[in-house]
Amino acid sequence: MAFYSKNPRNIINNLKSKVGLWSLMKQSHGTCSYSSCLNTIHLHRFLPLTTLPQFTNPDSISHKKGHFPHFQRFQSTTTEKQIDSVPNGEQSQVLDFPGGKVVFSPEMRFLSESPSVYSQCYRVLDDNGQLISHSNFVPVSEEVAVKMYSNMVTLQTLDTIFYEAQRQGRISFYVTSIGEEAINIASAAALTSDDIVFPQYREPGVLLWRGFTLQEFANQCFGNKADYGKGRQMPIHYGSNKLNYFTVASTIATQIPHAVGAAYSLKMDKKDACAVTYFGDGGTSEGDFHAAMNFAAVTESPVIFICRNNGWAISTPTSDQFRSDGIAVRGQAYGVRSIRVDGNDALAMYSAVHSARHMAVNEHRPILIEAVTYRVGHHSTSDDSTKYRPANEIEWWRMARDPVTRFRKWIEINGWWGSEAESQLRSSIRSQDLSRVHGSGITKLGKQVLNFCCFPRGHSRLATIKGASTL
Amino acid sequence: MGFRNIIGRRLGLGLVRRRKPFSTATCDGDGNGNAKSINLYSAINQALHIALETDNRAFVFGEDVSFGGVFRCTTGLADRFGKARVFNTPLCEQGIVGFGIGLAAMGNRAIAEIQFADYIYPAFDQIVNEAAKFRYRSGNQFNCGGLTIRAPYGAVGHGGHYHSQSPEAFFCHVPGIKVVIPRSPRQAKGLLLSCIRDPNPVVFFEPKWLYRLAVEEVPEHDYMLPLSEAEVIRQGSDITLVGWGAQLSVMEQACNEAEKDGISCELIDLKTLLPWDKETVEASVRKTGRVLISHEAPVTGGFGAEISASIVERCFLRLEAPVARVCGLDTPFPLVFEPFYMPTKNKILDAIKATVNY
Repeated sequence: MAFYSKNPRNIINNLKSKVGLWSLMKQSHGTCSYSSCLNTIHLHRFLPLTTLPQFTNPDSISHKKGHFPHFQRFQSTTTEKQIDSVPNGEQSQVLDFPGGKVVFSPEMRFLSESPSVYSQCYRVLDDNGQLISHSNFVPVSEEVAVKMYSNMVTLQTLDTIFYEAQRQGRISFYVTSIGEEAINIASAAALTSDDIVFPQYREPGVLLWRGFTLQEFANQCFGNKADYGKGRQMPIHYGSNKLNYFTVASTIATQIPHAVGAAYSLKMDKKDACAVTYFGDGGTSEGDFHAAMNFAAVTESPVIFICRNNGWAISTPTSDQFRSDGIAVRGQAYGVRSIRVDGNDALAMYSAVHSARHMAVNEHRPILIEAVTYRVGHHSTSDDSTKYRPANEIEWWRMARDPVTRFRKWIEINGWWGSEAESQLRSSIRSQDLSRVHGSGITKLGKQVLNFCCFPRGHSRLATIKGASTL
Repeated sequence: MGFRNIIGRRLGLGLVRRRKPFSTATCDGDGNGNAKSINLYSAINQALHIALETDNRAFVFGEDVSFGGVFRCTTGLADRFGKARVFNTPLCEQGIVGFGIGLAAMGNRAIAEIQFADYIYPAFDQIVNEAAKFRYRSGNQFNCGGLTIRAPYGAVGHGGHYHSQSPEAFFCHVPGIKVVIPRSPRQAKGLLLSCIRDPNPVVFFEPKWLYRLAVEEVPEHDYMLPLSEAEVIRQGSDITLVGWGAQLSVMEQACNEAEKDGISCELIDLKTLLPWDKETVEASVRKTGRVLISHEAPVTGGFGAEISASIVERCFLRLEAPVARVCGLDTPFPLVFEPFYMPTKNKILDAIKATVNY
């Protein structure tokens, strides 16, 4: 029965005031992270658990047991009664202010700036692709799982080819998504084609999933006549109105409030769709992020905010970016339900986005998903990240924490994949239109790079990167 | 002249007791049916009512718009069209415009209000980098043409630094948006409806000075006035004066006084600053050979500079005198020194005479 009280004689008084605080908390469904509850609420242990958590979303996995203890806020009429029964002594007062009741306490308490425990992170597959026991996830069919895996492999291949094309001077610029394939593909798989996407720039996998062809990617990168963007922007600034993917812009986080406005429109039109926007850890420092989160909560818009917390904003590590416990905790500050997910676990990503979508569309609420991952590649072809982080760290994440391999192991365990399927996939990519991407200047490049990238990842590419960095 | 006299003249001059409405020269939208004598904020209000009733995908949002707005331009809208279409936003201009862009990108008419033009700067990135480039950068796959941003601008007599600014020049430098400024109630209603229905993002600056002071016969029906068409509101032969918004009334007084000295002034209301009607101004300068531009914004880098440079390019050999600019001083907008800061009638009159006698 632990709660902070220096003076045991004030236990009862403390309890009264904390009970008051407890009832003050907005009655909301969903999990509060362990850490945030720990800061201010200890008294939940005193409350009779007569009121069960209320979740309108049957798919919600947040309340199901995981391997972390959950502390939950729930609508409790018990607490309200307790408040009323607390005598109005000098120890506690309840007054109405605009916005709700405020309970006073003579004990001066600051909310801690950081939790004693880092927010829990939802993950379903371990590093070896094995399902963690007692895990809850949204089931994925074999067809979808295989498609997810194929897309992840294709994304890796596409990245390698275009990266090499830039190194060879065929395109001016490129940005890879290496290490974030699961975020890209799994989130796309959990959405529908009617959901409107507002990307940052490291999410071409979403386009790939929806059917953007390699030729279309190449057209934009080469800025040729067939580019939908009419050659107006740098490479990787894809956009496709038929695939509901808004055109990428180099500006950081400016797309986030757009997504909120679009979500509001979807709500007004009563569409079975939501808006989804992606951004990195760096993007969450921009004012537009905060503006958008606030607007989303106030306008009750069906928007999913997916933050790819990959540890780096070019050379800026997250320790120079913010001092909060990551991104998910910020949701609470704005009244937005949030979750932290292992971004390299495709199954967990799929489940989280699937559930988030359900809540967003059916409850007209925004959801914030923080997908923790690692940016294995450089920020872009204009960057050499070995200048600010150790090469062995990059290699470790590339090899030991590869989301593609991890997911492959899981589908193999399920009997949905094998080495024969793997070699078939690799050879089909090899013989695909990659070598027939005409008019893009990539033809000659094709075979050489295909042989290179279609072998399993067994060697370091750092030599190539370093060699090419001296421009 | 006493301080009070200056203010009194400024306030009392003409607008209420004018014998004729300010904009009679050419005005579409009159002649059919009823016209009522209303002020500027009522005209704006009418335009918004019409915009929302003729398009059920039109929305009005911004700080304090729900109860009617700090200038009452949005009175009655929330009651009539509901809180889902007319709503308050949090106090965040970048959010207002960003949200508006997203709404417009989905094919809606997003009419965003910025409470004072002085506070538009947090939204500058969204306007310049996003709204203005939205269509272009996507190769016309996407657009936010349904976005209209309204903001009260200009001196009000006591506004000081942050309730008096004229930031139009910043926006006139941005290809991809339009900038429109009405001079009177009848103009405001027709121009605002055109802006709302224009397939481009538009910034619409409303002269707050005129919200109550300018009263004019405004037709009650739905009408639109064309954008990018300047209007010659007073014919003349000796000098062309170019201006917009509230400044035109000051210029008109200067023209009246100049006429007593035998100087015939032609006065042009630009109405749309971006893209602006170069042809009308050029034709007038070809006739008069002299031009004077006046705006409240500080002279350096003000929009008068663009007009001057363009006219010189086009009419160099025709000009009889340098292009004159009578504008605000290059200082932050002062409070007690406003009468000295402003491009007053006398400053304009002096410049007219100097230009004509060059």
